[in-house]
Amino acid sequence: MVPHIANPPTDVCGTIATFEQTWRVINRAKWARTAIIGGVFLLAVAGSMWLSEVSISQFIEGLPGFVAYIQGTLPIIRVDHIGPDIAEWYWGIGRWLSLLLDTLLMAFMGTLLGASGALTLCFPAARNLTTHDWTPAVCRRLLELFRTVPELVFALIFVYAFGLGPLPGVLAIAVHSMGALGKLFSEVTENITAGPGEGVRAAGGNWMHLVRYAVIPQVLPDFASYTLLRFEINVRASSVVGFVGAGGIGQELYSVIRQFIYVDISALVLLLIITVALIDITCEHLRRRLLGEQAFT
Amino acid sequence: MTTDLARISDAEIAIWRDAVPRAFGRPLGARLGIVTGWSAFAGVIVFCLWYMDFTPQRLWQGIWKLGWLAQLMFPPWHGGWLREFSYAMLQTLAMAFLGTLLASLAAVPLGFLGAQNVVPQWLFHFGLRRIFDCIRGVDALLWALMFVNVVGLGPFAGVMAIMVSDTGTLAKLFAEAIENVDRRPLDGVRASGANRLQVMRFGILPQVLPVLLSHILYFFESNTRSATILGVVGAGGIGLQLADRIRVNNWDEVGFLLLMILLTVSLIDQLSKTIRRRFI
Repeated sequence: MVPHIANPPTDVCGTIATFEQTWRVINRAKWARTAIIGGVFLLAVAGSMWLSEVSISQFIEGLPGFVAYIQGTLPIIRVDHIGPDIAEWYWGIGRWLSLLLDTLLMAFMGTLLGASGALTLCFPAARNLTTHDWTPAVCRRLLELFRTVPELVFALIFVYAFGLGPLPGVLAIAVHSMGALGKLFSEVTENITAGPGEGVRAAGGNWMHLVRYAVIPQVLPDFASYTLLRFEINVRASSVVGFVGAGGIGQELYSVIRQFIYVDISALVLLLIITVALIDITCEHLRRRLLGEQAFT
Repeated sequence: MTTDLARISDAEIAIWRDAVPRAFGRPLGARLGIVTGWSAFAGVIVFCLWYMDFTPQRLWQGIWKLGWLAQLMFPPWHGGWLREFSYAMLQTLAMAFLGTLLASLAAVPLGFLGAQNVVPQWLFHFGLRRIFDCIRGVDALLWALMFVNVVGLGPFAGVMAIMVSDTGTLAKLFAEAIENVDRRPLDGVRASGANRLQVMRFGILPQVLPVLLSHILYFFESNTRSATILGVVGAGGIGLQLADRIRVNNWDEVGFLLLMILLTVSLIDQLSKTIRRRFI
């Protein structure tokens, strides 16, 4: 039911007119803004396509080529012949497992060194633990530098400086992890309650006592959880730094892909995916236990 | 309140030891366990150091050489290649932008298909999620290496690599976001006679769009970082220049390129922070 107004007062009409006027103006402005943003967006798309040498025809041609490539890497596995087929697919399993162990150890050592470095730098980088401004600023810039340069670039430079092998890979992962973990650690440290720290100060503790007895007990579960998360990331990273000569399964994968040994590619990639998934599940479980304990005590 | 310690007899101590054993220190088994655990940890570390050839001599030589390299990098100088370097940097940004865009376009329908509340078929949903996991499990650099084999050297391989690896991750995140929507707007849309497509458009999409946009923005940010290194395996952009300069020992140019990367990455971070604050 539409209410009928017999004699609308003139000012109501005026109000409606102004309302419609305003609505139209706002609507037009909104359209203009959408058009401008859309235009800029389309321009950006066109520019990027030109810069990255992508054309639609090339794109359409590239996709089937890639599907064929993936199909080429898949092994022949017959149902009545499954055991020997898999054995042939994984012909190098012994060597691959030892390379995989190299990669895991690289990730482990890199995470450990990176976490130790982050632990030393995160307390000076936290703004609530110092009285002067420049220490946090300097530490923060340093951590930022470490995490902005990708670990592959560090690996390239370190391979040049330290020679081939897992050592430069470990150092590259450690430096990058130090930057990433240091930031997270210092953020955790900045969120602690001030009470225990004041207690230690009042009892005459110096800065080291403060960190040891007031800060570390509060932050340790979070630090451990972040370190485990970083380990998961570093398992992937350590397989990649092998591409530039830092050893492990990455180096093997690189040479296999470069030499077009198709079936080995899928075998190695599958091995890597399974390992990464297993590590992820284990770390997830450990992290839940860590943070659960903290919630219950 | 003071207690005369001399008055406590051995019998009393024994009673308390039985009642609260943990107050008298950890039992022998637990102490042994802790010692064993830490020794095993230390053993693994020592084994790693030996296995990876962490000799002090090698470390010292490497650090010395690193210091020498740092000296060579100063002052950073573009060596007359400023135009090429700027072009490569722009190319890197373009790769990240286009890769993220294509990945998001592909991930939206895949995300809807992978969400349990859109496709209630358990097996389909489970299988699709495992496929996403497999795509996600392979690093972008590995995809780039394979695409270089398929489409040849150049930035196109990088775009494809970013697109494929991010499609897996974004589709998973989108599917999770879609599964977390509020049911009531969906019921409302359905009650007014909408079909399934309209439920998705008017019930789900308005709820998840901000989440999707913030994910996409975050991925663009992280892709500018990963696009800088895709060139190392031949997929164009600044990484190609960087790997080349390291190979031919032009360290002042390496320093310049590193500075360029740092500057651009922080610029993109700022930009995406601004966009996020305004739109989401």
